[in-house]
Amino acid sequence: MSAVHPQLRARRRKAALRNLAFLSPWIIGFSVFFAYPLVSTVYFSFMHYNGFDAPTWSGGKNWSYVFRDYPLFWPALRNTLWLVVVMVTLRVVFGLGIGLLITKIKTGAGLFRTAFYLPYLAPPVAATMAFVFLLNPGTGPVNHILGGIGIPAPGWFTDPHWSKPALTVLALWGIGDLMVIFMAALLDVPKEQYEAAELDGAGAWHRFRYVTLPNISPIVTFAVVTGVIQTMQYYTQPLVAGKVASGIIGNSGQQFEPGYPDRSTLTLPQLVYNLGFQRFDYGSACVVALVLFVLAMAFTALLMRRRSGFLGED
Amino acid sequence: MSRLTKAAAAAAATAIALLASACTGQNSSGATDDATKDVTITFWHGWSAPNELKAINDNVARFEKLHPNIHVKVQGNITDDKINQALRAGGSKAPDVVSSFTTDNVGQFCSSGAFADLAPFLAKDGIDPAKTFPKPMLEYTQYQGKRCTLPLLGDAYGLYYNKKEFAAAGITRPPRTLSEFDKDAVELTKSTGGSYSQLGFMPDFHGYESTPGHLAAQWGVKYFDAHGKSQVAKDPGFAAMFTWQQKLVKSLGGFAKLEKYRNTFGDEFGAKNPLHTGQVAMGIDGEWRLGMARDAGADDLGVAPFPVPDDQASTYGKGYITGTVVGIANTSAKKNAAWQLVKFMTTDTDAVVSFANAIHNVPSTLAALKSPKLDPDPAFRTFIDIAQDPLSTTTPPSVNGGAYQVTLQDFGYDFESGKAKDLAAGLAGVDRQVDKDIAQAR
Repeated sequence: MSAVHPQLRARRRKAALRNLAFLSPWIIGFSVFFAYPLVSTVYFSFMHYNGFDAPTWSGGKNWSYVFRDYPLFWPALRNTLWLVVVMVTLRVVFGLGIGLLITKIKTGAGLFRTAFYLPYLAPPVAATMAFVFLLNPGTGPVNHILGGIGIPAPGWFTDPHWSKPALTVLALWGIGDLMVIFMAALLDVPKEQYEAAELDGAGAWHRFRYVTLPNISPIVTFAVVTGVIQTMQYYTQPLVAGKVASGIIGNSGQQFEPGYPDRSTLTLPQLVYNLGFQRFDYGSACVVALVLFVLAMAFTALLMRRRSGFLGED
Repeated sequence: MSRLTKAAAAAAATAIALLASACTGQNSSGATDDATKDVTITFWHGWSAPNELKAINDNVARFEKLHPNIHVKVQGNITDDKINQALRAGGSKAPDVVSSFTTDNVGQFCSSGAFADLAPFLAKDGIDPAKTFPKPMLEYTQYQGKRCTLPLLGDAYGLYYNKKEFAAAGITRPPRTLSEFDKDAVELTKSTGGSYSQLGFMPDFHGYESTPGHLAAQWGVKYFDAHGKSQVAKDPGFAAMFTWQQKLVKSLGGFAKLEKYRNTFGDEFGAKNPLHTGQVAMGIDGEWRLGMARDAGADDLGVAPFPVPDDQASTYGKGYITGTVVGIANTSAKKNAAWQLVKFMTTDTDAVVSFANAIHNVPSTLAALKSPKLDPDPAFRTFIDIAQDPLSTTTPPSVNGGAYQVTLQDFGYDFESGKAKDLAAGLAGVDRQVDKDIAQAR
């Protein structure tokens, strides 16, 4: 084994330090905003901690409480998974559909683009309140119109069977973000490929299936993965919808009933708030946060395994 | 691992980061500051309406005139979330005096030591809480014998009724027993097809203030036994309340029809409240409704104590009581000065009366309740009487806030809708769940 020249060793050390210095913003950001919170959350999930007294070891008590004794956990998990499957799928399909439509429009495309994008800019609280009022089964114009044309009007946000579909309608209304991404991807598909396909006799469906879709598949994967993560963190809209529809809209001192009607709008992030900030049980809140993290990771891994197309690799 | 997976992991950790970053802070105790020296203290409260802010600022100005060395920095529109965060973090910008509308959180404030124990301060100044404050208010301001807050005005619940509709129906006085009430509710109900043009009373638990907790007070219920165990299945008042409510729901047209009608109601705290619009002829509500109804032009509303069960007719006059609490942050380094402000606002009769008159809340000391300076409005006096009634009750503080009430409410929703059919088994289930939740919080 030959000895490394001291000058070479010093140069290597210097190079390593320089690399580390360049990496340090990422390392600091990763440590402060990811590693530390993650480790802390795992730690607190095994502690009894009310936010004021020093944390004390509680073993698996928080875990067994959340999974076995906390009555809101399973309904919230079911609702979250429902929204992940139904809402994300419909948002991607709808966003792609609108994107396709707008790229095909010859005149007034700018107007339609603005019209479809504007709802995305509406603040979530205001948009949700407006939807609850519009879909109010007693006084809302939507049910009034439905009744007028003889269609049975649903209870929307007041009916446990219709509350999640109503939230999905709200999510589809604010489709502007996906529409813009899909439009950019669709405009990026090489025109020569469509021309070649047409020469080969491909119809509209085959051109979409064998030209458009393979070209935009990384964007579809991106839309699905970010959609799943966003839906895992879905908090504001179901909370506001439940509160406004239940009639309890923030009178401080009143008991907050999460998930109205009949727990159908309850999502996992609401439980983090309920446990941590209303029941002062930070340990159990950390358990729910970890469940969310694991689910988000599992969904992402599954989607990435099914399609490694995000980076354009096969 | 791809960049996407890393990005996904980072995004999923955001919620965790938010949660974990809130997990710091520590307490201190003891009062060593000199309240005779020049000092500035910070006071956080939740009031936000212009008349409320004027009233609290006027009160503070009176205090500063009495204590020229103590200056008060007032911060309004504070929620309990902000209070919790500030009390954990401490520091120079944290409040010294804190008030909260959520009496349910007193159990946590006291048991965790977030609020200072006020017993030594009260003893030092010779203030006997039992001789100073009404009994229900004493209950919701302490937890398991530790008094970490004092009442800062209160709320009393009673019956609101439409005098014009009563006269039209030939009803000569507000009902005093529940059988009278049920009869009046049916008589005042006007059905039109599948809905109503007027409902006598909205009995559904989502009918704004007609919650299980507010209604159960008419039975004088006790939520916990001497060992702190939930006893809603053992206390016959709860079963009686649910049975009465279910019977009334049926006699007024059934749950589905009532819920459909409820969805036509305007905002509880807006001008279109169903009591203002005449959509309901009777309702249970707090004393604050008086001012709101007048502002909305609903001048036909009369008030009375809410009726009591027939077998407790002699207890007519009682009601549900709650209110605002005020305490001293344990992180405060100026506790003696802070106590001077708390003492002034909660025990000075003139201060309590003028504040109560200004914001139309019930005064929170026995002396203030009897003060001749109190607003002489007979309607307001009705609520003063309810607050003074020795049989009026409140919902007790618990270590995990109002979780036990939410559990009871959840069962109430299942029971009124017919989803839960076995009342005894349901109430026993509530007891089990409440005990589990409390064991988890301890």
